Amino acid sequence: MFIRTALLVLKKDFAIELKTGEMFYTTLLFAVATVMIFSFSFVKDGVPIEGTAAGIVWIAVLFAGNLALGRTFERERYGETIRALLLSPAPRAAVYVGKLLGIVLLMVAAEVLLVPMVAVLFQQPMFAQPALLIAVFLCGTIGFAAVGTLFAAMLLRVGTRAILLPIVLYPMTVPVIIAGVLGTSALLEETPNIPMARFWLALLVAYDVVFVVLSLWTFEPLMTE
Amino acid sequence: MKKAFLPIAIVAAAMFAYAPIAIDNAPYQSTMLLIQKIFYFHVPSWVALTCALTVCGVASAIYLFKGSPEADRYAVAGAELTALFGLFGLASGMLWARKAWGIWWEWDARLTMAFMLELIFVGYLLVRKFGGPGAEKLAAGMGIFGAATAPFIYKSVDWWRTIHPKTSVVRTLDSPDNSPPMFHVLVFCMVAFVLLFLVLLSLRVRLEQQRAALDRLYLEEED
Amino acid sequence: MSFDFDRVEIDDVSRNYGRRRAVSHVSFAVQRGDILGLLGPNGAGQSTLIGMLATLVAPTSGTIRYGASMEKSVGPALRARIGLLAHELHLYGDLSAEQNLEFFSRMYGLDPSRTVSAALDRADLAERRADAVGGFSRGMRQRLALERTLLHDPTLVLLDEPFTGLDDHAVTKVSERLRGLAASGSMIVLATHDLDLADGLVTRVAVVRNGRLVTDETGAAGLRERYRSLVHAGGGDVH
Repeated sequence: MFIRTALLVLKKDFAIELKTGEMFYTTLLFAVATVMIFSFSFVKDGVPIEGTAAGIVWIAVLFAGNLALGRTFERERYGETIRALLLSPAPRAAVYVGKLLGIVLLMVAAEVLLVPMVAVLFQQPMFAQPALLIAVFLCGTIGFAAVGTLFAAMLLRVGTRAILLPIVLYPMTVPVIIAGVLGTSALLEETPNIPMARFWLALLVAYDVVFVVLSLWTFEPLMTE
Repeated sequence: MKKAFLPIAIVAAAMFAYAPIAIDNAPYQSTMLLIQKIFYFHVPSWVALTCALTVCGVASAIYLFKGSPEADRYAVAGAELTALFGLFGLASGMLWARKAWGIWWEWDARLTMAFMLELIFVGYLLVRKFGGPGAEKLAAGMGIFGAATAPFIYKSVDWWRTIHPKTSVVRTLDSPDNSPPMFHVLVFCMVAFVLLFLVLLSLRVRLEQQRAALDRLYLEEED
Repeated sequence: MSFDFDRVEIDDVSRNYGRRRAVSHVSFAVQRGDILGLLGPNGAGQSTLIGMLATLVAPTSGTIRYGASMEKSVGPALRARIGLLAHELHLYGDLSAEQNLEFFSRMYGLDPSRTVSAALDRADLAERRADAVGGFSRGMRQRLALERTLLHDPTLVLLDEPFTGLDDHAVTKVSERLRGLAASGSMIVLATHDLDLADGLVTRVAVVRNGRLVTDETGAAGLRERYRSLVHAGGGDVH
């Protein structure tokens, strides 16, 4: 019942995306635009400043993620469908998981686009250790999305949610930002620093476990009055 | 809490009155001399911060799952005190860095962490203030997550500053040699700060209790 | 997992938001076959009461019993027996009528092939089944929303201003539907400030003013005059 509901919510969001393409295109375009802006700031005389590539990818991904988070729940505000979801006999935490999966998929789509793009623009070979790179991005994305989905849902009732979401979300996800950026840059060095990358990956996995569990636990009390 | 309040307040006041003398009498640390002595207030503020954070986290969890209004009062008091002691830690840390190395900010592990925690708990206060009706519950969510993130922030920032290879010299605000007389003064100040924390917590919770009593009176008047 | 009830009892229920009492010591009961009209001026607390009956808002004091049980002890099984139609309609504007009904059918554990077509027919929207709901008129959306609410044949049907935007013909159809539901054993709680529509439809009346229950009686004719006198009693201000 739980997984079925989560997948149902995911499919529903996917169906809406198919019809409108609203979030998909705008999020990706926004991410690309962000990277372009960074290119102008961080490329001196045609040469990218050393060590900035990892940070740039992550910033673009997280900004795009923030945008997507706002929109996915904004959709549930039109027609107050969030109430209908909470009212159904489905376990409420399953609604959370459905939304979480949607955000993760969208952010992964952005990463699939951005990582090669940054590799090319910043002349930084990225694919020496593909498995580890994917793992770092995936775990970081899950961590950010887990906390972000919960906060975005929590702030649905609040008028100033668009401003409050980044304010509350970014400090809370600093461990993900640090581990993600440093793990990625460890893999981008001349000879990839695998132990270092593994180390940060471990931190990301620990963060993911703790915060997905915490979110599942607190979703229902936070969403009911 | 009520009965112990006055004695604790008096003891705390006395300790703070004596503290400058104790600090003055403490031996000079070898490299930084007088400047290092800010450490006797800077580090204890950390201890108070941790206490406040724990109180906020636990109280938020109790409030969210049990709905106890008393827990909510402790949660908001804890959050405000976290922000307060965090601010103190940041200010004292920055003054220390300025005097010791001539720059206001260096990405010292503890200062960075204090900054992050400060942002999180200012976020708590913002959510509480601008969250509309039922904002206490949302803030409780912030409190739980904030307290849960703290160890992760601590570890990640710490490792960022220590094990990550870097080109510049690592500068920390740690006091390298903790000779016994220094240690005693440090513990003295820590106790003073914890007592101060308890005093402030108690006052703030009482304020919330008065507010709740006032609300109750308004409601009863309507009946 | 299956749970059902014949009676809903609200007992001395209040709901505060800080200093403001949205609902104040309200008590009443609903049984199968009742159509209870929750009447009152705007902001009198009807929406909050409906929210509490729907288990979405917790009362700050008092209890709500469904049969012999409270929401806490039953949980999701109780929600499977409740249907809510609020002012906002709970429909996904980007999806088609059919997709909306399909989604909600599955959310309630129903087989869409059995429920969707029938619901579309009842809402008179069979020809528009594949069109996006955002393009519908208010009346069409209201009809669709009502059928969405009733997909799972709920025991307790909660309606908050269900007649908004409906033309005369639609109003008649909806009223008939509601009467039919009550006759087949559902309980209906209907919050509205449209007294003419409520008149003749409701079997019982609960008038709410400033969060308080002013009266709870049978819905005999002459609703408008009685309502006026009840709400304006004691020089009360009606916004």
